[in-house]
Formats: sequence, C-alpha cells, structure tokens
Amino acid sequence: MKPKIAIFSLTSCEGCSLAILELEDQLLDLLGAVEIVNFREGMTERAWDIDVGFVDGAVSTPQDDEEVRHFRAHCKTLVAIGSCACLGGINTLKHYQSGGATRDEGAAHAAGGNGRVAEYRRYVYGENAEWFATTPARPISAVVAVDYQLPGCPMVKEEFVELVKCLLIGKPFRLPETAVCVECKRRGSRCLYEMGIICFGPITRAGCNAICPAYGSKCEGCRGLVSPDAIAAAGINLREQYRVDLNEALADLRLYGAYQEALLP
Amino acid sequence: MCGANRGCLEPVADGYPVRRADRTGCGAAMMNVTIDVKHVTRVEGHGNIAVRLRDGKITHLQLAIVESPRFFEAFLRGRHWSEAPHITCRICGICSVGHTTASVKAMEAALGMTVSEQTVMLRKLAFFGEQLQSHVLHLYFLAVPDFLGVGSVIPLAKSHPDVVKRALRMKRLANDVCSVVGGRHIHPIALHVGGCTHVPADEDLIDLKRRLEAARADLNETVSLFSMLSPPELHRDTEYVSLKDAAGEYAFYDGDIVSTKDARPTPVSRYRERVIESVVQHSAAKHCRSPHAPTYAVGALARFNNNHAQLHPAARGAAEVLGLRAPCDNPFHNNTAQLVETVHCVESAIELIDAMLRRGLRAERPVEPTRFGRGAGAAEVPRGVLFHEYEVGRDGKIAGANLIIPTGQNLANIEEDMRAMVPRMIEAGKTREEMTLQLEMLVRAYDPCISCATHFLEVEWQ
Ligand code: SF4
Ligand code: SF4
Ligand code: SF4
Repeated sequence: MKPKIAIFSLTSCEGCSLAILELEDQLLDLLGAVEIVNFREGMTERAWDIDVGFVDGAVSTPQDDEEVRHFRAHCKTLVAIGSCACLGGINTLKHYQSGGATRDEGAAHAAGGNGRVAEYRRYVYGENAEWFATTPARPISAVVAVDYQLPGCPMVKEEFVELVKCLLIGKPFRLPETAVCVECKRRGSRCLYEMGIICFGPITRAGCNAICPAYGSKCEGCRGLVSPDAIAAAGINLREQYRVDLNEALADLRLYGAYQEALLP
Repeated sequence: MCGANRGCLEPVADGYPVRRADRTGCGAAMMNVTIDVKHVTRVEGHGNIAVRLRDGKITHLQLAIVESPRFFEAFLRGRHWSEAPHITCRICGICSVGHTTASVKAMEAALGMTVSEQTVMLRKLAFFGEQLQSHVLHLYFLAVPDFLGVGSVIPLAKSHPDVVKRALRMKRLANDVCSVVGGRHIHPIALHVGGCTHVPADEDLIDLKRRLEAARADLNETVSLFSMLSPPELHRDTEYVSLKDAAGEYAFYDGDIVSTKDARPTPVSRYRERVIESVVQHSAAKHCRSPHAPTYAVGALARFNNNHAQLHPAARGAAEVLGLRAPCDNPFHNNTAQLVETVHCVESAIELIDAMLRRGLRAERPVEPTRFGRGAGAAEVPRGVLFHEYEVGRDGKIAGANLIIPTGQNLANIEEDMRAMVPRMIEAGKTREEMTLQLEMLVRAYDPCISCATHFLEVEWQ
C-alpha cells in the first residue's frame, strides 16, 4: 500500500506547500510512490486517514491551534515544513510591535500578552481590530509533538525529497549539524563576511547549499541557529572584527524565528 | 462583449469526461437553499462561500475570508529599509517576485533612487517568469480539473499524462526563468532595493532562450486545449482597473492607473484617488471600491481589456483563436486572458533575453538612497495591480507601510458576480450541487490568492 500523504497550511505564505508542486520533474515519481489524500490548495477531495502529514505555517490564531491538534490526531507522522512551522518564521515579528520593540517586551508579549487588543492589530484593522482573532505566533512544536522538521524559508526541496525517501525505505533522517559556511566554502562563493557584511552563515544550519551567498546576498539565517557554541563564537568574532554587539545583530536574526531567542546568549 | 459566445452555463469539454451533477430536485423544490463551501479548494489561502436563499430570494451571500490576519504592515515598522522586499515577499509564495517588485519600486520612490537599465531588464525577466509560473499553475492545476470534471490534477496524471507532463514542463521552465535571475522562484534572493546582487551568465540566458522557443509547441497545445473548453457565460457591467504603460509596453512592470470607466491615467503616487479601502467583518482581507463604482475587478482580464493593443502579436493571435475580444465582461474569461498573457510572456522573455545578450550584462554597484521619505510603487502581478507604499524615517527605519493586494480589490466584485449569478442559476433550474460547483468555479476564475489579501491595514502614518 502506498503511504497516504497530506499537505496542510496554517498561518503562512504557503510557499512551502507550493515548493512541493515546484518539484516538477520529481513530482510524477513522487505521485507514483505515495498517494496524496488531502491538499486543499491542489485538490477538492479531502480524506483524514493519513500516514504522513506535512504542515507549513505558524500557529498564530486560535483556529490554527485547533487545526494543528486535529492534524496531529489524524497523521501517524507529522512533519513541520519551513521556518514558519519550525521556528515561528516571519510571523513572530509581530511580537516586537506592541509599542516598544525590545527583546524583553517582545518575549513577554509572545508569552501570552494577548489579553488586550495589541497595538499591531489596531494598526492594521483600526477600531475593528477585535473582529480578527490572533495569538502569539509559535512553531507547531510548541503546540503538538512533531516528528521531523524541514527548516528554511522556503524549505529546501531536495531535503524534502530526501526525507520522503527515508520515510519510504525506513531509513533514519537527520538535518546537517554544520554551519552554512561549510557549504559556502565548498561551493566557492565569495565570502561576504570577509567583505564586511554581517552574514549569518557561521551560525546558521547548513542544508540549503549556501544559496544566498551564491547569489551575492548575505545569509539571513532562515534555517535557524545551528548550535549555541557557534553563536558564542560568532559573538566574539563580531565584536573583535567589526565592533558590532551580537545583540544588535539579533534584530536582523529575528526575521525568520524570534522564537529561537531562548537559545541566544 | 465576449466573442466566445457559446451560450451555456454547463462546462463542456470535447473529448474529456465532464462532470454533470444530478439534475433531480431542481426548480420549485429549490426555493429554500443553503450553500456552505468551507475552505474553497484549489485556491491559494482559506476562503468560505455562504449563500442562503429563502423563497428563491438571496437573504445572505458572502465570500468570507478566514485566513489568519498576518500584520505585515505593522511589523514592517522599525525594520531597515533594505529588508522591505525580503519581508513582503513572504506575504505569498506564489506572488513572491511580484511583491518583491512592487516593494523595491516603492522603496526606491521613497528613497529617491533611480536604478540602472540593466536592473530593470533583470527584474522584468524574473517578472515574466513569475507570470508564467502562476498562470500555468492556475490554468492547469487549479482550473482545468473543473473543466475535465475531476477534483484535482492528480487523476489526470493517469488519464491524461501528456497534459500533466506538458504543464510540469512549462512550470519548470517558468521557475528556471525566475531562478536564473533571482536564485529561486519562491522568495527570490538577488532582487534588492537599488539593484541586483547577481548577474546571470550568458550560457544560462542562451539555454533559457532555447527552452522558451521550444515551449511554443506546448503553448500551441495549451491554446487548442482551452479553445475546446467552454467557460460559463456571466455578463455584468464591471469596471476593470489596471496599469497602462505610456511607453507602449503591455503593462506588467510599470504604468499609470487606468480603467474601463475612466481611461485618464492617474500616476501610482496618487493611487488613493482610484482605490478606496474599507474593513468588513466577514473578511480578514479589506474590501475596495473605486470613485466610479462600488466594486471593480483587477487581473489578467482587466489588463487585457485596457492594454490588448500592446500585446505581442503572437498573444493577439492566441486571443483570436480563443475567441477573446475586448471589452469582455465575463469573469470566467479571466482564465482565457491568463493564457493569452502566457503567450505574451514567453515571446517577450525571448525578446528581452536577446536584448540582454546584445548589450552584455555586467556586475553593477547597487544605487544608494538620496533621501528618506515616502513613496509608492505598483506592479501588475499575476492577479492584478499590487500597490506598496512606505514611509522611511531619518534613521533609515520603516515608519509606515500600506499594501493593497489584488485579491482584496476583487473580493467585493466576486460577491457582486455571485449575486448576479445565483438568480440566473435558479431560473435555469440548477441543483444545489451544480450551483455550488459554479460558484466555486467563479471564485477560482479570479484566481484568488487569499493569503496575499489578508494584509490590509488602517493607514495611520506616523
Ligand atoms: S517558511 Fe517561508 S516559504 Fe515557507 S510558508 Fe513560511 S514564509 Fe512561506
Ligand atoms: S559568505 Fe556567509 S556563509 Fe559564505 S562563507 Fe562567508 S560568512 Fe559563511
Ligand atoms: S543561505 Fe541562509 S538565508 Fe539563505 S537559504 Fe541558506 S540558511 Fe536561508
């Protein structure tokens, strides 16, 4: 029997679900090996007996919270795809908009400061802000148990294919434990950090084949922090080489996952 | 009116299986009907349709947007100006090049920057790639299943493998066009405020050009497939709003605001004169009206209606084969217009690559800001005209933002179309299932991108 697959979206740009459709060449092979039974963006039929469920998006509303519990209950294996689902993603930026934008205030708000109509809701919806429910943005692992995570904004398609293959043949799957710099050096891209640009390659988990530096742009850390040691080392380096405080650089790192702040020094 | 007057509400497809809903229970028995489509499928994002009929009269009709509010305008505040395109492209995976384009243009207007000709060429090429990607996705994956009477493209892989393979081939090509310029289609890397950080190699451009030329055969097949499908007929006097490029190009990257009710061009910097937003309770996406009509439409059909004379001759030829003539007020022909634009994009991308190869591309320094202020930018993204507006403070941080999304502009118009369609379907004795299918097809014809649309805001410039 082919494994039954589902693809779900919570609060997101749905780019990670779309990335599955963008497999193109491999899509027909994939459809030969699995049966997609539930994918709202791409099909009308929806079934709930699911072997592997892939979820993109953060938990950012009361409905998201309900839905992700429902997915968990109906999927034998649950996979978080993309930075939204793995780290809260870009949605977590709203925590820094409750008047002040400091790290502590943001964290306090994320921890549950939703009792009042937050300032950011008023900024968008004006006096009707109460009509639209929202909660702090969280990765899905903050709500339910998650079996695998495929970080990245968007997730890396090759890594998705690799995970599906591992699941099909029962092989263990692991994310790389090295930093983006390792792949970047192997690829031979010009190092931006050495040119004075604060690139997050040294502290970010590899697996994207260092695609941003290869296209002339700094790594923005979308795959999440690789390890606390790497961050400590990067902190020293930033201070010594550029006289930049790690805390200042952190504002940029929030772009894809302020939820990781607990990991930061 | 449309040339494609095949006069029926029934989807028909020669040579393909057609789903015909059960006809029992039509007519008088239908006077009290409730239709609830929760989470319309095959659209990007979450939307619900609700219709209540009592004694044959509409008592309630809504296209409710239940997508999570996203607050992009709010959380742009305080971020560095250079981050705007990388943040806003995360509004929508399908339109990420489109958001990037509107964003860099708005930011450059706010910061008094003029980018190089080469930058504009590269952006246009990525833009053609995204139009292709989005239109092919919509036509083959999201709309065709309705016409062929299946619930998704997946069963077609078995019954019509050639159709699916062709669709995937074209999508792949579209992706590669975006990737050669920006590094990837979803959330392009190299497109920044002030310029591009990557210059494609000549070999990559030559290879793309060869594949674009080869794609003409796939396009012809696609045009003949769609010329066999009969979209339902629905005509309603509608204002079509789009950009129009004074320089003579079919407006995608640039232009002033025009409409079928007011052809006088309004510059994008004064977009608020043509687009008036309001918050409605049943939709996390704001509704829009124009000074001329309570609702209006944007998208491929609007562009076609306003700019068909500027289409590539091959695209005009496709329009003729497909029986699409301007002005057309049948929203179901948005699909047809998308296909016509697909032809235009392939031909224009070939010409653009030729021009790039002739002039030769080289690495350029990005342009720097000359001031910090306020500015608006627009682009005709796949689903219609998209506006971004930013205000940047003296510290280089974003102080205010407003984004007006195509689907948000279409929502009220879709509801008006539904209001016009329901009585006609009742008259024609449609079953509840048939009505539901038609309403869903209508929503899908607009190709709504609901996650895009939920980003609206009450403007409060600081
Ligand atoms: S991780 Fe990025 S690409 Fe994926 S859904 Fe979230 S915003 Fe979109
Ligand atoms: S460019 Fe960035 S990722 Fe690449 S080696 Fe330098 S610091 Fe590391
Ligand atoms: S280089 Fe950095 S920002 Fe770019 S995809 Fe990889 S992890 Fe993400």
